[in-house]
Amino acid sequence: MSTTNGTPTAPKKIDLSSDQEVRWCPGCGDYSILKQVQTLLEQSGRKKEEIVFISGIGCSSRFPYYLDTYGLHGIHGRAPAIVSGLRSVRPELSVWMITGDGDSLSIGGNHLIHLMRRNVDVNVLLFNNEIYGLTKGQYSPTSPQGAVTRSTPLGSTDHPFNPLALVKGADGTFIARSMDRDPKHLREVLARADAHRGTSLVEIYQNCNVFNDGAFETFTEKATKPLTTIFVEHGKPLVFANGTRGIKLNGMTPVIVDTYAGGASLDELWIHDERDAFKASILVRLFEDPRLEGAMPRPFGVFFVNDRPTHEAKLTTQLAQARARKGPGDLDALLKGEHTWTIG
Amino acid sequence: MATSSAKPKKPVEARQNVVILFAGDSGDGIQLTGSQFTDTNALFGNDVSTFPNFPAEIRAPQGTLAGVSGYQLHFGSVEIWTPGDQCDVLVVMNAAALKANLGKLKRGGVIIANTDGFDKKNLRLAGYLDEADPLTDGSLADHTLHSVDVTKLTRTALEGTTLGMKEKDRCKNMFVLGFINWMYNRDNALTEGFLKKKFAKRPELLDANMKALIAGYNYGDTSETFTTRFEVKPAPMPKGTYRSITGNQGTALGLVAAAQRSGLDLFYGSYPITPASDILHELSKHKNFGVITFQAEDEIAAISSAIGASYGGALGITASSGPGIALKTEALGLAFMLELPLVIVNVQRGGPSTGLPTKTEQADLWQAVHGRNGEAPIPVIAASTPIDCFDMAFEAVQIALEHMTPVILLTDGYIANGSEPWRFPSSKDLPAIKPPYIKEPNDGEKFLPYLRDERGVRPWALPGQPGLQHRIGGIEKQDKTGNISYDPANHEMMVRLRAEKVARIADRYKPIRLDSGPADGDLLIVGWGSTYGAIRTAALKLQQEGHSVAHVHLRHMFPFNKGLGPLLKKYRKILIPEMNSGQLRQLVRAEFLCDAQGLNKIQGMPFTSDEIRAGVLNHLRP
Repeated sequence: MSTTNGTPTAPKKIDLSSDQEVRWCPGCGDYSILKQVQTLLEQSGRKKEEIVFISGIGCSSRFPYYLDTYGLHGIHGRAPAIVSGLRSVRPELSVWMITGDGDSLSIGGNHLIHLMRRNVDVNVLLFNNEIYGLTKGQYSPTSPQGAVTRSTPLGSTDHPFNPLALVKGADGTFIARSMDRDPKHLREVLARADAHRGTSLVEIYQNCNVFNDGAFETFTEKATKPLTTIFVEHGKPLVFANGTRGIKLNGMTPVIVDTYAGGASLDELWIHDERDAFKASILVRLFEDPRLEGAMPRPFGVFFVNDRPTHEAKLTTQLAQARARKGPGDLDALLKGEHTWTIG
Repeated sequence: MATSSAKPKKPVEARQNVVILFAGDSGDGIQLTGSQFTDTNALFGNDVSTFPNFPAEIRAPQGTLAGVSGYQLHFGSVEIWTPGDQCDVLVVMNAAALKANLGKLKRGGVIIANTDGFDKKNLRLAGYLDEADPLTDGSLADHTLHSVDVTKLTRTALEGTTLGMKEKDRCKNMFVLGFINWMYNRDNALTEGFLKKKFAKRPELLDANMKALIAGYNYGDTSETFTTRFEVKPAPMPKGTYRSITGNQGTALGLVAAAQRSGLDLFYGSYPITPASDILHELSKHKNFGVITFQAEDEIAAISSAIGASYGGALGITASSGPGIALKTEALGLAFMLELPLVIVNVQRGGPSTGLPTKTEQADLWQAVHGRNGEAPIPVIAASTPIDCFDMAFEAVQIALEHMTPVILLTDGYIANGSEPWRFPSSKDLPAIKPPYIKEPNDGEKFLPYLRDERGVRPWALPGQPGLQHRIGGIEKQDKTGNISYDPANHEMMVRLRAEKVARIADRYKPIRLDSGPADGDLLIVGWGSTYGAIRTAALKLQQEGHSVAHVHLRHMFPFNKGLGPLLKKYRKILIPEMNSGQLRQLVRAEFLCDAQGLNKIQGMPFTSDEIRAGVLNHLRP
C-alpha cells in the first residue's frame, strides 16, 4: 500500500477489462466468476503486468483472453505443468490457473496432483460444472454416477471424483470450495486463496446452463440452501439450517445435531480449525447427496490451510546455496572439466 | 607408485592403433574398466573413440548372454573416427562374454579370459554344448589365448584385508585394468587418483582396489605367459588442451554454454529415460550457473514446464528418447504455435515403442520432421560425434532464441555414451546469443505480439513488462494481434507465415561443405548423425584406393542447407547410409527429386566402416 504525506491511500485501482468480446454462452456461471476475479484483482493493488493467467482447454480455459493481463491458453490438462515451469523462473509474478473438471481431473489429473505435492505458488480456480461443455455435453469425472449425458444415454456407470478429497490426498496446502451464485462468498474465498503462499485450490461450483443446468441448484436456491449447505469459518462451530442444526464429531464420525433450545450446545459442536489436517480430511469427505435422508450438508469455505514451503522457495534456496558453495558459474572452468591434458 | 616408474623388462612392440573390447557380466564393472583405460590413453595423448554397449536390465541374469556388458575402445597414434570395426584384443570375464563377442575379434587376435568364469555353470549358461570349454578344447586355435584366473589372483592379492569374498571379487575389474595398463605400457596413476576420490570415505575399499590394480600390473611383469608389451605412441593431434567428453555431456555443456552466452537461466524439464538421463544428471550438477532441473511427473509435464519457463523468459529445454518424444508431441505443437524458444533433444534409441532402450538407431528422423498434427514445421538438427553434440546443442539454442521457435536436436545412444578427446573452446570464442526482446509497444500505444520482423520472427515480451500485456495460445490466432481468429483466409496466411519463418532459418547456415572427396564425381555419400565416423573412415579409404567418392555430412535435417540440392547434381550416384530403413533418403528424394539410394542397417548397432565401404563399392559397380 502506498502512502502520501504519511497517510495511507487506497491502492491504485487498475482496469483489467480486455478488448476481447467474452464468448461464453449467455447465462453461463463463468461470467460471475470472471467478474469476481476481475474485481478482486483490480482492487488488489497489483500492477496488471505482474499478473499472469494460465489455462488448459475447455470453456473455462478461455478466461485469460478476457482480462488485460499476461495470459497463456495452453493445451488440455497441462496448465499445472506450464505453471510449474513459469513459477520456477519467475517467482515474483502473481500466477492464476484456470481449469475445469475435465481439464484438471481427467486429462490433466496427473499434473494436478503433482502441482499440489510440490506446492507451487499459484491460485487454481477449478470451475466444476460436472459436464464437458466445450465438446457439447459428455459426462465428466465429477458427473454423478447415473448421469444421463450425450455419451451416456443409459446413465454413467463411473463413480465420480470427490475433487477436494483428491486434493487433500495430494497434500494440497489451501483447499476451499465456493460457488458462482454466491459472489460475496466467492470473492472472500478468492482473496484468501490469493493471500496464501503455495498452491491454493478453490473448487467453484459453476452452472452450465446449456448442458447441465441446475446441477448445483440444491446448494444455490434459497429454498434448499439452508439444509444442503454449511459455510465453515475458522474458529466457529459448524452450524447450518439458519443456526438450528450443527455438526458434532463423535470420535471420527460427524453427526448432525439440533442446536435450538433443548438441543446440543454450541460448545459441543465441531469447531472449524482450518489448520487441522485430520479434521480437514473429514470435512472434504462430506460429499453425500444432501437430498438423501439424513445426509450431511455440503461444506463451503476454506477447509484447510498449511504453510509448507513452496516449490519456488526451495528451488531459490538451493540455487543460492549452490552459488554460495561453488561461486557463480565459471563457463571456462565448466568447459575445462576435471581432467585435461595438453598436446604441443 | 612403484608401478609408475617400473622399467619395462620385456620387449615392447609398437602399434599404430588398437581396438580392445572389455566384456563381462553387467555387474562386473566393465564400463568402469573401459572408461578408465580410455582416460589413461587420452591423457597419454592418443586419439580415442569408445562404444559402451550394455543390456537394458540393470542386473540381467548372471552368466547369460543377455547379461553381457561390453566396452569397446579404439585408441591410436593416428586420427581415430570410430570405436573400430573388429577387435585386436578381447578381454572376457566369463564364457557368455566370449560367446557374445568372439565374432568381433580379428583372426589371430588376442583373447584374455578369466578362467574362473568358465566353470561348468558358466559354460552351461552361455550355451556351450555339453559344457565344452572353449579355453581348452582347441576351438580358439586361430587366436592367441591367455587364460588367467583373475578371481583367484585377485583373492590372493587381497588376503589379509577385512573384506568379505563378494567384496574382494568386486575388485576383479581393477586387477584386469592393472594388467591391461601393463600390457600397453601405461601407468596406473590416473586410476589411482580416481579411486582415491571415489573411495575417500571407504579406506578399506580404496586399499583393496589399489592392491588389485597393482597386483594386475605386477602380474603382467612377472608372469611367464606374457612375453611382449605394446606401445601406442601419442597421436598427432592439433596443439591445445584436451579433455574427454561423451555426447550427453557435450549436449549438457552446450546447453549451459548457450544459456550463459544469452544471459538466460536454463530450465530443464525432464523425465528419466534411457539413454537421455545422463543429460539430466550432468545439468543437475550446475545449479550455480542458474540451471534449474525439474524432474517432471511425466514427459508431457517435462516439455510443458519448459514451455512455461520459456514463456517466463528463461531458456526452456527438454530432452528424451523416441517414446518420450512421442508423448511430447502435442506440446511441441503448442510451442510452435506460441512461437516461443524451446530446445527438444531426442537421444534416439532402437524403436518402435519401447524397442531397444540401450541400443542405437536413427529411426526418429521422420518423427522429428513430421510428427505433429497440423502443419507445424520445426527446425531439426543432428549431431554427428560426441564433440558435435556440444556444437549442435549450442546451435539449437541459437536458432530457438534468435528465431523464436522450438528446435529439435537429434543425437543417439551411440554418440551419447561414446566419448572422444575434445579440444574444448574458450567461452570468448562462443558467440553471444541475442533474442528479439521487446520493451515498448510496437504499434503506437498498442502491443502486437505477432508483429514479425524481416525474418518473420515475432518479438519476445516477458511477463512483468508494463504496457505489453498480451494473450497467446494454441488456438489459431489473428495475424499480428494474436487474438483468437477462425477466419479462413487468416488461417491460411498464418500457416504460410509460420512455415516461411522456419524456412528462412536456412539463411543463417554456413555454405555446405564436403567432409572429404572430389567436388564432383561418381558417388556422393550423404550421411547424417552418428554414422559420421564410420562414413569418414570408409570414404578416406575409398579415396586412397582411387575411387571417385565424396562424403557430405548433414547437420541441418530441416530445413535443408540450400547448397545441398546443387551439390547432389554433381555426382552420378547418391548413397545415403542410415541406421533406419531410409528416412533421410525419402526426405531427400521428395525435396530434390533425385534417385538417392540407401544403405541401411537396423540392428541397434552402429555401422562399421567396412560395411560402409562394401556398400559403396557395391553401388560403384557399373
